Amino acid sequence: MERLLLILSTICFLLGFAYTAYLLRKGRHRHSRFNLCVMGIGFGLQTWFLHLRGQAIGRCPLTNFFEILIFMSWSIVLLYLLIGPTYRLSLLGAFTSPLVCAFQIVALLAPIDTVHALGARPDPWLEMHAALSIIAYGAFAMAGVAGVMYIAQERQLKNHRLGSFFYEMPPIMHLAVANTRLLWAGLILLSVGLLCGFMVNAHLNAYKIGWGVIMWCLYLAILVARRLGPRRVALLSVGAFSLSLTALLGLNFMIERVRL
Amino acid sequence: MNVLCLGVSHQTASVEIRERFAVPETRLPEIALEIGALPGVEEAVIVSTCNRVEYYAASGNAPEALDALRCYLQARTPQTFPLRPGESEPFYTLSGPASIDHLFRVVSGLESMIIGETEILGQVKKAYAAASRAGSTSRHLNKLFQRAFNVAKEVRTRTSITRGSVSVGSVAVDLAERIFGNLSRCRVMILGAGETSELTARALLSRNVRSLFVSNRSFDRAAQLAAQMGGEAIHFDQWDQRFSDIDILVSSTAAPHPIITGEKLSPIMKQRSDRPLFVIDLAVPRDADPDVNRLEGVYLYDIDSLQAIADRGLENRQREITQCEALIARHVGDFYQWLTAGPGTPPVHLPVASRKI
Repeated sequence: MERLLLILSTICFLLGFAYTAYLLRKGRHRHSRFNLCVMGIGFGLQTWFLHLRGQAIGRCPLTNFFEILIFMSWSIVLLYLLIGPTYRLSLLGAFTSPLVCAFQIVALLAPIDTVHALGARPDPWLEMHAALSIIAYGAFAMAGVAGVMYIAQERQLKNHRLGSFFYEMPPIMHLAVANTRLLWAGLILLSVGLLCGFMVNAHLNAYKIGWGVIMWCLYLAILVARRLGPRRVALLSVGAFSLSLTALLGLNFMIERVRL
Repeated sequence: MNVLCLGVSHQTASVEIRERFAVPETRLPEIALEIGALPGVEEAVIVSTCNRVEYYAASGNAPEALDALRCYLQARTPQTFPLRPGESEPFYTLSGPASIDHLFRVVSGLESMIIGETEILGQVKKAYAAASRAGSTSRHLNKLFQRAFNVAKEVRTRTSITRGSVSVGSVAVDLAERIFGNLSRCRVMILGAGETSELTARALLSRNVRSLFVSNRSFDRAAQLAAQMGGEAIHFDQWDQRFSDIDILVSSTAAPHPIITGEKLSPIMKQRSDRPLFVIDLAVPRDADPDVNRLEGVYLYDIDSLQAIADRGLENRQREITQCEALIARHVGDFYQWLTAGPGTPPVHLPVASRKI
């Protein structure tokens, strides 16, 4: 049942992406509700999956890399649904859905859904730490998506080659603002997540905490150095998210190996 | 019942001929009533714009109604355009599916000088409203025009006929909106008070830009243009001192060498790193050094690049025509079926033949 929900939600995101890609290819993208609807249904299915998994393990479903990927996908879609209509970044769905699909396909296909021995009672600080940190990475992912859109839009404006989706993209200044605000949102969430981590009674993985602090410093540096200009901030937000994702993957792979 | 259309347009007649038949907006209801009272004519709507004057009529006796319409026009314009009996040029006369098809094409912008323009829809709506208020329309033309407005909406939403810009001014405005979003916070500077830059500035003003500065070698001309457009005139030797406040620069001076250079812009752009600058260079020889486009946050478009975008926009619109025509043909079939067989009959899709009677 759990996996079926996940497969169905992945199909929803794929449908949304395929439909937008088809319209863009035809040069007929319109602000339709279809994308928002399939993203909403996909989000509902993800939530249902996380609820079932949480009930089964008796805690926030962030106990292995499989659950981390699904939780991160869920937080990305949550942020898309929250900020997409606000910033009128409807085309964000076209860029968000492939990222979410990739996460969920990896989660479904890779043998990473391993069961670990868990303590009797979950530590609420630990749960908060993990959940907020992953939602923060969701915000950084969305900042990366806005960054990709900024770079694509800037490229078209500079080269005077206006592609089929040029007129559907949000104004470049809006993308720069969305990018910065998402970075701030992610940084605040990560700060609170890290603070919660320091309140945990049990011993935490030093690599994970250390890496969290490094990422916090990196994102703070990007935001402080905003005088670099929106283009560099966009590039850095894409680079920083790619780095954090690679590191998260590597760290979890190492931790799983140690556990085995 | 039949629907007739008799008219002149930019495709069939020069402006000298069209202007003789133009009907002022204030007289539309009166003329519509006169047309509606002609023998054989039961309902009438007159559409009169700068590009077309068209008389739409619902009639149970098409030949009688068309003769009456021709005589009416002959009587109305005896000196300026003497029409002999039987002479139809430069008028086109359409009836049945062809007249319905023509109206649907007109409101969808397919018959406009700029394909896909949307102003015509508002003009036809006004013409219909005037006729409706005067009481010269009834069941058939009411239904026809309501359907026409729905067709125009469908064409606009289901095809890309209105997408992209097809003139230099509208391309500039579109690009400005793709950069800044809402232009109400943007400050515009016109450098060189030429005709093209004035037109472009007016297009930007139509989007409620925050403020406008005009600078010209002749300060009097700058002051005159600034007064006309509600802006502020600046002495030509001071324009670069006001530059740091500007979001959009429209330049068309007669300078023989570039006056907007990287050396000038680079320090300014460093101070405003998160605010882009849109430079519209309409001058030949160019006012802006092409290398300016390499500066971060500067988007430079010269007259050729704007024209190229406008041309591509027009090509895209022309490619959409076939799809629009297929969509319109479906509605023409439906409406003609209703017109000839009455409501409640299942719709059929008739091929539309452009025929004259």
